[in-house]
Amino acid sequence: MTARGTTTVVTAMALAASLAGASLMVRRLDHLRAGTTEETALYVPSPQILQRMSLGYTGLLADIYWTRAVQYFGTQHHARSMQYKLLEPLLDIATTLDPHLTVAYEFGATFLAENPPEGAGDPDAAVRLVERGIRENPLEWRLYYNLGFIHYFERKDYAAAAAAFERGSRVPGALPWMKVMAAQMSQHAGDMHTARLLWASLFQTTESEDIRVNAAKHLRALQVDEEVSILENLVSVFRERSGRWPATWAEMVAAGYLRSVPLDPSRKPYRLAPDGRVLVQVPKDLPFITQGLPQRQEPSNGPQVESK
Amino acid sequence: MTARIAHVAFNTFREAVRDRVLYNLIFFALLLVGAALLFGQISIGIARIVLINLGLTAISIFGVVIAIFIGIGLVSKEMEKKTLYTILSRPVRRWEFIAGKFGGLAWTLVVNTFLMAIGFFGALLLLAHRFERADGWLLVAIYFIILEFVVVTALALLFSTFSSPVLSAVMALALFVIGTFAEDLRAFAAMSQGATRVLATLAAYVVPNFASLNVISSVAHGQPIAASLILYNTAYSLFYTAASLFAAILVFEYRNLK
Repeated sequence: MTARGTTTVVTAMALAASLAGASLMVRRLDHLRAGTTEETALYVPSPQILQRMSLGYTGLLADIYWTRAVQYFGTQHHARSMQYKLLEPLLDIATTLDPHLTVAYEFGATFLAENPPEGAGDPDAAVRLVERGIRENPLEWRLYYNLGFIHYFERKDYAAAAAAFERGSRVPGALPWMKVMAAQMSQHAGDMHTARLLWASLFQTTESEDIRVNAAKHLRALQVDEEVSILENLVSVFRERSGRWPATWAEMVAAGYLRSVPLDPSRKPYRLAPDGRVLVQVPKDLPFITQGLPQRQEPSNGPQVESK
Repeated sequence: MTARIAHVAFNTFREAVRDRVLYNLIFFALLLVGAALLFGQISIGIARIVLINLGLTAISIFGVVIAIFIGIGLVSKEMEKKTLYTILSRPVRRWEFIAGKFGGLAWTLVVNTFLMAIGFFGALLLLAHRFERADGWLLVAIYFIILEFVVVTALALLFSTFSSPVLSAVMALALFVIGTFAEDLRAFAAMSQGATRVLATLAAYVVPNFASLNVISSVAHGQPIAASLILYNTAYSLFYTAASLFAAILVFEYRNLK
């Protein structure tokens, strides 16, 4: 090999080793300084200053901040964190830089509203965000829908929910069921049928796969809550008539109370506890349920509606 | 006269292409593809908006950087290489030289922008599979970006007639940044009193107004651009460019080239 060839090979190897070493150090530093990437967002907490610093390219900066909000939420959610303190400032920056970034209001409000660890557990902040979104984008009927949703499920303020759906139904282009929602809120606020109607309409009309998946989980949770109530009633009737709790579902089937062993939406049989309670087998497969949980397990952020 | 200006312009264009200016197109294409893939993975619901914001912002920033860093050398480099004396010893007048240089760089930027726009629309088609009617406003945003380049090129050329390349770059960049704050400067002038008000108002009208030329965020959401804005932005850019070029010609006419 010529002297030049030797130099090339040695230098190339040294370059690769240096890059590998630098990458390794970056990983170590990231591990050492976990969480600092998100914290830097607070170094420039003012959306107005960022607006000036963007030199007019606010759209791109808003996209970056929205992505940071999504990443921050994802990281905290993955870690089952109970705190999301940077979520609201990040959303505020993103929506101030680009007031027409409707996706940030829609998803951001959901992130803010749901109870920890599913979300920040701050429905008032979510309402503020969506109200601002409506001020900036009064013709986006979906934002009124989001607002009604938060008032209904997270704040239990059914009058405010009805008002939000009613306002939204007057926006040109709003789907007809917005009017139905407004009427439903006024007459049957808090019942399970209304909750199912809300989640089903969201499931059918959303363009986002993430929202559709979330709506499907909530619908499954409502189904479990309803089925557990019905099954526990049947078990109580069995006890009244036979003087004892049924030991297995087979006994209930044999006595004609059920046609077959009842399955939950994840296709696993419900569990029959010795004290007559009906439980799901794997609660973590069915997020948001409020019924069918082991006694000591707190319900996650569920639909929390009154069962009729 | 026109033939002489065209000749200088053509040579300026050819020199810019020889300087491998159009290499930025490769970087631009990689940036668009990479960003579209990345944001599609790590964000929610904004893949199309990001592509538009990033694409138009990149076209704008690349163009401004090219306008400044080539524009500042248009006159000084010719003087440094002594080629200016060869040109001016021929029947080419000084103002024709300035006009030709400006035309050549402006044309380089238009070609560069045209090629980037093709890549940009290609990426958009790849992502969305079809164009929407509102995408027509993207062309208006690109037109405004070209107007921005024309103004920046004229300013860089003006600085190039009397200053060193480094100082010209600093001044042109500073004016570009200040120009994005032009609306704030006018608001500040309206709030101040006395001599400050006079000076601030003067400064607000002397610096270029780039704020109204940036409609990237609006078109990313498919919002229409008013015809009056298109008209006034065009007229403003032409007036401002003409003023900068006339100033450059005046300075260059009286500059001692010995």
